[in-house]
Amino acid sequence: MIRKLRTGTFHTGMVLLSLLWLGPVLWVILMSVRSFDDIAANGVGSLPHSFTLDTYRQAWTDGGELQALVNSLLVTVPSVLLSLGLAAIAAFALSRYRIPGRRTILLLMLAGNLLPPQILLIPVQKFSELTGLYDTLLALIAVQVGFGLGFYTFVLHGFMRDLPGEIQEAATIDGAGPAQIFARVMLPLTRPALAALGALSFTWIFNDLLWAITVLRTDDRMPVTPALLALQGQFVSSWSVIAAGTVIAAVPTVAVFLRFQRHFISGLAIGAVK
Amino acid sequence: MTDVSTIAETPRTAKSTVAGTPRRRRRSARLSPLLAAFVLVPFAIESIWVFWPALQGFWFSLTRWDGQTPPEFIGVDNYVELAGDATFRGALVNTVIWLVLFGGLSVVGGFGMALLLQRDRRGVGFYRAALFTPVVFSLVVTALVWRVFYQPDGLADTILRAVGLEQLIRPWLADPQTALYAVILPALWRQIGYVMVLFLAGLKAIDPALHEAARMDGANAWQRLWYVVIPQLKGVNAVVLSVIVIDSLRSFDIVWSLTRGGPYHSSELLSTYMYSAAFQSLRLGYASAIAVVIFVLALAVILGYLVRAFREEA
Repeated sequence: MIRKLRTGTFHTGMVLLSLLWLGPVLWVILMSVRSFDDIAANGVGSLPHSFTLDTYRQAWTDGGELQALVNSLLVTVPSVLLSLGLAAIAAFALSRYRIPGRRTILLLMLAGNLLPPQILLIPVQKFSELTGLYDTLLALIAVQVGFGLGFYTFVLHGFMRDLPGEIQEAATIDGAGPAQIFARVMLPLTRPALAALGALSFTWIFNDLLWAITVLRTDDRMPVTPALLALQGQFVSSWSVIAAGTVIAAVPTVAVFLRFQRHFISGLAIGAVK
Repeated sequence: MTDVSTIAETPRTAKSTVAGTPRRRRRSARLSPLLAAFVLVPFAIESIWVFWPALQGFWFSLTRWDGQTPPEFIGVDNYVELAGDATFRGALVNTVIWLVLFGGLSVVGGFGMALLLQRDRRGVGFYRAALFTPVVFSLVVTALVWRVFYQPDGLADTILRAVGLEQLIRPWLADPQTALYAVILPALWRQIGYVMVLFLAGLKAIDPALHEAARMDGANAWQRLWYVVIPQLKGVNAVVLSVIVIDSLRSFDIVWSLTRGGPYHSSELLSTYMYSAAFQSLRLGYASAIAVVIFVLALAVILGYLVRAFREEA
């Protein structure tokens, strides 16, 4: 009896809490399909009295979300691949070979990632102006790779260090050099960690605002996160268009999360349990 | 492929250089250029985009600079000015409030949720997923979701009216009294699920035999939590603490999207003040000094994190 009561309380409480978390999201989705007149007449706090998908068309083409999504992917995909690739070779050399000063190098790289980005903003902007990269997607890719590298290297190092040494020795005896050992032996074994970091870094880079507005200026070069802010200025009182834009901006990361759910969670937990 | 450098057979022996046989030691003297490149290329990229800019940041904080003319060295004048700048002091206080409320409540909330949802039972998967959903949203998406909520006649006002509390209704984001807290709430909404996942991973790693033993000794639920669970989570606590402090000091997106630090700097954080000083007032030297203050505040955490990492690597 008491047990039943406790289970009941638990589920009631948790359903209410879940509603608190999912409610605002559902509300925005509902709002994104309301017409302008409906919101003008009934207010943002009311339930829908209309249904339209024109809001999505407006956000997509008039609001420039399509271009912004393309920009986001042009930045995110190369950034993830490059930073994980570079981090993997660094982690491989540092964890499997006696590189002089390897521990210092590793910690220095990690320390770079822990720096508050504020200290880097002005110098990075000036440096990108100096190199002619300012206001290009290339600058954003470069800074995302440079800033993310330290953390990815640290995590991959921890993972590679714990792989058994016998496989590597066997490969060495068979005459394989570091390049082959890396590509044929270590990389396949590191796949779970790479998948976890890949899913995580995709959302981090895709969701970034600060670096984008620091090294980019032109509106139609902005990725989707800063573009969403601009959309808000463009459609000041068209709440349903802003809501539609918000949904569009959230879909890619939600898709990545759903597809790589297990990797994603284990990626977050990598640092936590040691 | 004769150019094989020394392989660390196992991490244990890799530590000491004397452990190798003479043959190994001779080989370690020449490091394969490929391996050197494996380390140096990533390190050089990070140096260009992180280490060098960071050093420049410290230098710029000692200059007066508008971004057009060359920076002019003025010593510690920027820091002297900061000490007398009321907006800076307000932003510092807000950053501390942010750290305590956002940090404290997300740890308490995340830990509480992890304790409630640690046991696999019916529905738990759904509840965990619900709490975790906002973590994958960008902070700008989060901000817009909540902007709808705070809008005059939006969801918040509708709910208050429905329960007969209309006297509480106010322009949540435009009232200097409530703006900061109205921004913390969405940030918490997004962070709690993240902290929960970290603690869930930590709780999972605790040996169930410890619980059993404590129960046999007659420890009640609170005692088990206090004397068994929390001490066992030491590692996770350190990580969560570092993540929270670093995240708090970095917090920018959500404030920028909701209030830009206003009204009247009432929700200004050091990060937003630094950004507007740099890119709107074009006071690059002064903004760099604010950035150095943020760095100093983060330093203790960074050092703590590195000491921990160092011990693990050793």
